Amino acid sequence: MKGLASYIPARTHIDFMRWRPFTIIGSGIVCAAALVLYIVVGLNYGVDFRGGIMVEIRAPQAIEMSAMRSTLNRLNLGEAEIQQFGQPTDAIIRVESQEGDEKAQLRAVQAIRGALGNQVEYRRVEFVGPKVGAELVEKGIIATVLTILGIAIYVWFRFEWQFGVAAVVSILHDVMAVIGLFAVTGMVFDLTSLAAVLTVAGYSINDTVVIFDRVRENLRKYKQMGLIDLINLSVNETLSRTILTTATTLLAVSCLALFGGPVIRGFSLAMLFGLIVGTYSTVYIAAPLVIYTGLKRSGRLVGEESGPARAAERMP
Amino acid sequence: MIYFERWKIIAIAAICFLGLAYATPNLIPRDTVQSLPAWIPHKQVNLGLDLQGGVHLLIEVDLNSVFRDRVNSIVDSVRSALRRANIGYVDLVQTGNGVSFTVRSAADLEKAREAVRQIDPDVEVRTAGNTITLTLTDQAIRDRKRAAVEQSIEILHRRIDPEGVKEPVIQRQGEDRILVQVPGEKDPEQLKRVIGRTAKMTFRLVDENVTPEEARTGRLPPTDELLPGEKKDRDSIGQLNLYVVQKRVMVSGDSLTDAKATLDPNSGGPVVSFRFDSVGARKFGQATKENVGKRFAIVLDNEVISAPVIREPITGGSGIISGRFTTQEVNDLALLLRAGALPAPLKVLEERTVGPGLGQDSIEAGTTASILALIVVAVFMIAMYGLFGLVATIAVIVNLILILALMSLLGATLTLPGIAGIALTIGMAVDANVLIYERMREEQRNGRTPVSAIDAGFRRAYATIVDANLTHLIAGGLLYFFGTGPIRGFAVTLIVGIATSLFTAVTVTRLITVTWLRWTKPQRLPL
Repeated sequence: MKGLASYIPARTHIDFMRWRPFTIIGSGIVCAAALVLYIVVGLNYGVDFRGGIMVEIRAPQAIEMSAMRSTLNRLNLGEAEIQQFGQPTDAIIRVESQEGDEKAQLRAVQAIRGALGNQVEYRRVEFVGPKVGAELVEKGIIATVLTILGIAIYVWFRFEWQFGVAAVVSILHDVMAVIGLFAVTGMVFDLTSLAAVLTVAGYSINDTVVIFDRVRENLRKYKQMGLIDLINLSVNETLSRTILTTATTLLAVSCLALFGGPVIRGFSLAMLFGLIVGTYSTVYIAAPLVIYTGLKRSGRLVGEESGPARAAERMP
Repeated sequence: MIYFERWKIIAIAAICFLGLAYATPNLIPRDTVQSLPAWIPHKQVNLGLDLQGGVHLLIEVDLNSVFRDRVNSIVDSVRSALRRANIGYVDLVQTGNGVSFTVRSAADLEKAREAVRQIDPDVEVRTAGNTITLTLTDQAIRDRKRAAVEQSIEILHRRIDPEGVKEPVIQRQGEDRILVQVPGEKDPEQLKRVIGRTAKMTFRLVDENVTPEEARTGRLPPTDELLPGEKKDRDSIGQLNLYVVQKRVMVSGDSLTDAKATLDPNSGGPVVSFRFDSVGARKFGQATKENVGKRFAIVLDNEVISAPVIREPITGGSGIISGRFTTQEVNDLALLLRAGALPAPLKVLEERTVGPGLGQDSIEAGTTASILALIVVAVFMIAMYGLFGLVATIAVIVNLILILALMSLLGATLTLPGIAGIALTIGMAVDANVLIYERMREEQRNGRTPVSAIDAGFRRAYATIVDANLTHLIAGGLLYFFGTGPIRGFAVTLIVGIATSLFTAVTVTRLITVTWLRWTKPQRLPL
């Protein structure tokens, strides 16, 4: 029983590296734009990071958004942000952190409940005080920085430092691109979104390591080949794997986005976008960057002299 | 890579079987699982609050108030000790965690030191010139803080779960915080009502010699204080009624042994009936005997909830508290009095409540999405790799079973992002198979025989698989250690998923492939 994969061309000869000036400059511009957007427009932070109140409700019949907005605005809790959530009977209400201490927040929650009455089902109530919000921001930043650092150190240890640098730049690219997506679309950025960003970083590095592994192997195998050709060859050799794995992962995450319910839809969409960006950056950012980092192979073999690389060869 | 020793085959089979045994309880309703014989695994995966519904609260204990009270009482003690010893002093003030004062004449210094030394065993007495400072020792502060938090946890237990059926998680977090998680809680507002109150109750006499108006204009005796009535206790123009109440406490709430919500036999309104312990009963009897005709105030958290006239001495040790109560308020009050007063006020820093409806919806949506992901990925892999795609599908199913089994065994908590992590694992677990198959295809193309291609395919793909999974594991591990809430739940399934897919890739996939090779002895690999 043969599968369709056997019809994938045995050996492709696509000159991926030919596009490297365009991809690197293009991605650089996109990242810069994302950074500018992040600074100028900022993210639509959820209650996790900004502090404040979020209430998810389900009404017996379709919710009239404008009527509910005016009801809530009469409570003097500041601007109430109301959004339909999943279906017409469901809505999410976000209210900014109230002035005063935590007691003021609890009173605001009670005020909202009072105004909406007992007919609606309170599916979710979240309140994050300013103190905890600030701590969550701090922890989120630490988690992101350490994740990237940890990956960099591992790649540096297992490969050459040039690969580590290329991997980190490509992860930073993915992280910035996903954050840019949040800035452009105005999707709510909360703890779950941060998890999506970090997952994208994890997936992207997984992908990158597979290609780097092949580059390292080929460095040993083809001692006379130029670096650009060699990287092209490695990307081509792993191309079918890259396509197939990206496809299965995209299929699984699409199922999440379509059927996983509204609570994790934002998470799944961000991940979907990030997976595509991550695959792109592996081929078009991480691999060509190795060329620019000045990996020397003047007749001698990079892999042969280094301890970690030889250790890898001896692995089962 | 081609040969398996017999014990390895047995070990792999045993792990898969155990995985199945430990995963199965999750597919059976909870009630049915409980009725199974004891030797069958019972553990089910813990569902996070976002899936089973419930309340999550992060609470801060206001530890400063603990010391304010203590320092206040030291000030009072110093004042009376110096008066008893006839020592003139000035500038008696609080200084952070202590008290300082200056004696008028240097001759009194030694006498003053002696007088204040016995006040509190936990203070350090220091002298600088004519000034004496009493400071609580760091050790005492630490002990007191720890005790306050621990006592709060105990009282919260009694308030939140008086019948002991809710299985709440109430644990200390950091120095001054308490994490409260109550699964399945249906009334989060009631929960917050009973947590938010200190419930410090005292019975004190009302000072009938001073009217509240006089007290307000500054004629408040130092032994009295002016307290407001509770929020429904208002006069004809809607102002809160005020009471001049003695600072001296007749009996405190600590002496209560029981409190119940009941109905007043005379008026029929909701009231709280209470009972004192023997010491409290004696004190209360004595005080009421001496003050017949006067009023006493029942003070709860610095509000007068009721101020009845003492018609006759109350010596039986029991009584009722009547006020302007609703049935719900009476129920809350009785619960608070039974559970006891908190040593310090609590502040809710963070609240996350998920209703049972949303939790159920999330479980269903997450399960549907995961099953669909499995089907779609299986169809894709079989379409792409035929027979080998089927092997990959089996590996993914074994993988899922092992994830469920490990999560149940470890007592890990499954959250909605965790389900997302499982779906992601389904997509990524086949990566190992894809790496191996592509490698085998390449090796065959380079002219190797099926046996040699399979051998080389597994061998060469391993370094890559290990590298790729380890980097991913680093990301997952850091997510777990530095993440909170949903991030952590996601990281747990990601880590478990990476571990199990590493296992299935290097064992299950290989075992099936090798067995197939032995049985069919193919001329070419169908790749």
